[in-house]
Amino acid sequence: MTSAAAVIAVSRFGLGPRPGELAAAGRDPIGWLKRQVTASAPEFPAFADLPAGPERMGDLLRARQQRGDAGAAALFRQSFRDTFRQEASARLRTQIESTAPLRERLVAFWANHFTVSVQRPPVLGLAGAFEREAIRPHVFGRFSDMLLAVARHPAMLVYLDNGQSIGPNSVVGLRRGRGLNENLAREILELHTLGVEAGYTQTDVREFAKILTGWTMARAEDPGAGGFRFVPDIHEPGGKMLLGRRFGNGGESDGREALLMLARHPATARHIATKLARHFITDQPPEAAVARLTRLFRDTGGNLAAMTEAIIEQPEAWAETLPKIRTPHEFVVAALRATEFNGPGETILGSLRTLGQPSFAAPSPSGWPDTADRWIGPEAVLRRAEWSMALGLRIAAIRRPDQLFAETIAPVAGRTTELAVARAPSAGEAMATLFASPEFQRR
Amino acid sequence: MLTRRAVLGGMGGGALLGSLDATFALASAPTERRLIVVILRGALDGLAAVPPYSDPEYRRLRGSLALPENDGILDLDGRFGLHPALAPLHGLYRAGEMTALHAVATPYRSRSHFDGQDVLENGVTGARDLKDGWLNRALGLLGGERLGLAVGQSVPLILRGDVPVASWAPPEMPAADSDFLSRLSILYAGDAVLGPALQQGLQAQAMADGALGDVREGQGRMSGDRMYGRAPRPQPLSGTAQAVGRLVAVANGARVAVIELGGWDTHANQGVINGQLANRLRDLGEGLAALKPALGTAWRQTAIAVVTEFGRTVAVNGTNGTDHGTGAAAFLIGGAVTGGRVVARWPGLGPSHLYEGRDLAPTLDLRAVMKGLLIDHLGLPADGVERVVFPDSRNVQPLREALRA
Repeated sequence: MTSAAAVIAVSRFGLGPRPGELAAAGRDPIGWLKRQVTASAPEFPAFADLPAGPERMGDLLRARQQRGDAGAAALFRQSFRDTFRQEASARLRTQIESTAPLRERLVAFWANHFTVSVQRPPVLGLAGAFEREAIRPHVFGRFSDMLLAVARHPAMLVYLDNGQSIGPNSVVGLRRGRGLNENLAREILELHTLGVEAGYTQTDVREFAKILTGWTMARAEDPGAGGFRFVPDIHEPGGKMLLGRRFGNGGESDGREALLMLARHPATARHIATKLARHFITDQPPEAAVARLTRLFRDTGGNLAAMTEAIIEQPEAWAETLPKIRTPHEFVVAALRATEFNGPGETILGSLRTLGQPSFAAPSPSGWPDTADRWIGPEAVLRRAEWSMALGLRIAAIRRPDQLFAETIAPVAGRTTELAVARAPSAGEAMATLFASPEFQRR
Repeated sequence: MLTRRAVLGGMGGGALLGSLDATFALASAPTERRLIVVILRGALDGLAAVPPYSDPEYRRLRGSLALPENDGILDLDGRFGLHPALAPLHGLYRAGEMTALHAVATPYRSRSHFDGQDVLENGVTGARDLKDGWLNRALGLLGGERLGLAVGQSVPLILRGDVPVASWAPPEMPAADSDFLSRLSILYAGDAVLGPALQQGLQAQAMADGALGDVREGQGRMSGDRMYGRAPRPQPLSGTAQAVGRLVAVANGARVAVIELGGWDTHANQGVINGQLANRLRDLGEGLAALKPALGTAWRQTAIAVVTEFGRTVAVNGTNGTDHGTGAAAFLIGGAVTGGRVVARWPGLGPSHLYEGRDLAPTLDLRAVMKGLLIDHLGLPADGVERVVFPDSRNVQPLREALRA
């Protein structure tokens, strides 16, 4: 294996090299990656003592019950914001320090696939828990298990409103004259499973929304307040037709069956295969690789360990060295892994805001974009250059540019970049040049 | 080891919390004298800043970069002048508060920025011979705590060492300077995504700067994609001088401060009366002059040394700039300085006088200047300066004429 392969393994599949990581991966880049798939999940000390999602949701429901919207608002302003900061810092810390960066990349990939965003205030207190509880356990498990966990998690139920969706003909619906909210149903079809071009109809969306009525959180006064609860009194009775399949009076199990059907659907296989290939191979993924991954997804019933191993094995993934532009988050994490800069979480969160990708704050349920054209613009490159300079100057006292160069982009750096780093007028500017270089901006 | 409150504040957008309340441990400092060292990183072109306009070779060798004598160079002593962008220093010179030094150099004789700056800062002859800075060792001799202040985002080598120093970072993420961006545009030239975006960003910025009146047009040669008309950056000295002056002036404040300024590595289109280098010089001159009112009565007790790692080539290079050289210019400024003089044993620019056939030959060891300042200005014992601060400099006699008695 060439040393370019080590860079691909560590930067495209991982989160960018920590000191020594290129060398460690270089001996057997594919093996280095595959061992992360089969190894048991490492300990995550940063996550100790963080509150569970249902627990925080329970706090919100109680605050709302006791003091209405004012109570909820007060909770968002203080306690939820604190939780958000702790969670975002813990996640960054884990990404920066991880020795299983492929796993962390997949957590980020899937959390983005199943986006929840703090643009809805309740998510402030839930986003981190969502990632830890619904995403992380399943990145090398089954897609259907992740989908079920996501659809039952209070963060998703509140972000996409299903907690409030009420069957118009249900007991509660008839009594209060309330009805469906099709937000979650639509996004599951469009974003999480089939994909927008799969040919489902608006009727499918409505029918699926009916199937999902009743999927909500236990109320403040109920045991397990804030946790998932199927509430029959708000579930739409009667038959529903989703993608030509009839669902009857199964209650909660109908929703479960519908989700499993969607997870198994060929369009989902293709949708997921395409997104994975776009993330790990290139913005316009080659059709042959997408086709192979699609087939594998279907053949394995959405086995994500098998999918991950298959992507690692795609020859297309190793054909080009740096086809992807790093997102701001990836850029910051890569820079901090490389430098082992131990800045305060607050500062790093500020950096992510400045660079345009604040934590847990994707602008829509479709998540952060995964193609260069969505990230790179005139202002973005200037900000990245400025941030590169800020970090370079900050660490000028503690890191040597030649060493940093050797530990990060040396195997793939062009002569122009190598000279620009070597000849920069100061150590700080040399490292700024390194961070801003195309080789570091890419993965 | 550092008071990093301000430093830690500064990496992203709104969270930049540079603050003036850096704390200093001492109630009464062991000296009322102040020493401020301004490091110009990237190698100041001394022949542009302090043109030896009477040297018969100057105009020939400098060619298109030679400053015009009429309404260009500000005369100092009939031999040397000042770049017109340094007009504020000319005022200090005439007031007897600025001395220009020329053909000065550290013992370093190669042309690497990193190593050159390391030697400038560690105070010995080898870049890797000492891992602490000579000013930190001088602070050790001075006694007291946290009398040292680093202005900027990290503590530079010159102030690093056993003695704790404070640091203060200006409050905003600095815009990347045009020099850095122009180097990036070369790296991005082959990148189909990053290249066009950067070019557009630079154009937009130039337009904005133009609208704000900050564009200082070059001399016609400065065209094409290497000039962006951006105001000098990062962190103009003129913007931080006020704060630095205050931090150094207060009774229990710092006595030794280091300011770092970048953007001096003018390999391309450095400009003549106007342009890239002139913008940096203008900021330097205005910033240094602004320290005087900021320091108030402490100005009389202050010496400011403006130094760079080495000079630049005498001749113009192929891109209307200058490459790394040897002999440099430096300045001593302040109420405590015996100013109004040019200190230079001028080697001449004739072909046989140039160092390695291309650079201004150094005739004054920068350590002589610094030793003089430490002994005569800060009052450090000569033997301590000899033994501890500049350990292998016995043959370098301190320059004793720099300061007022």
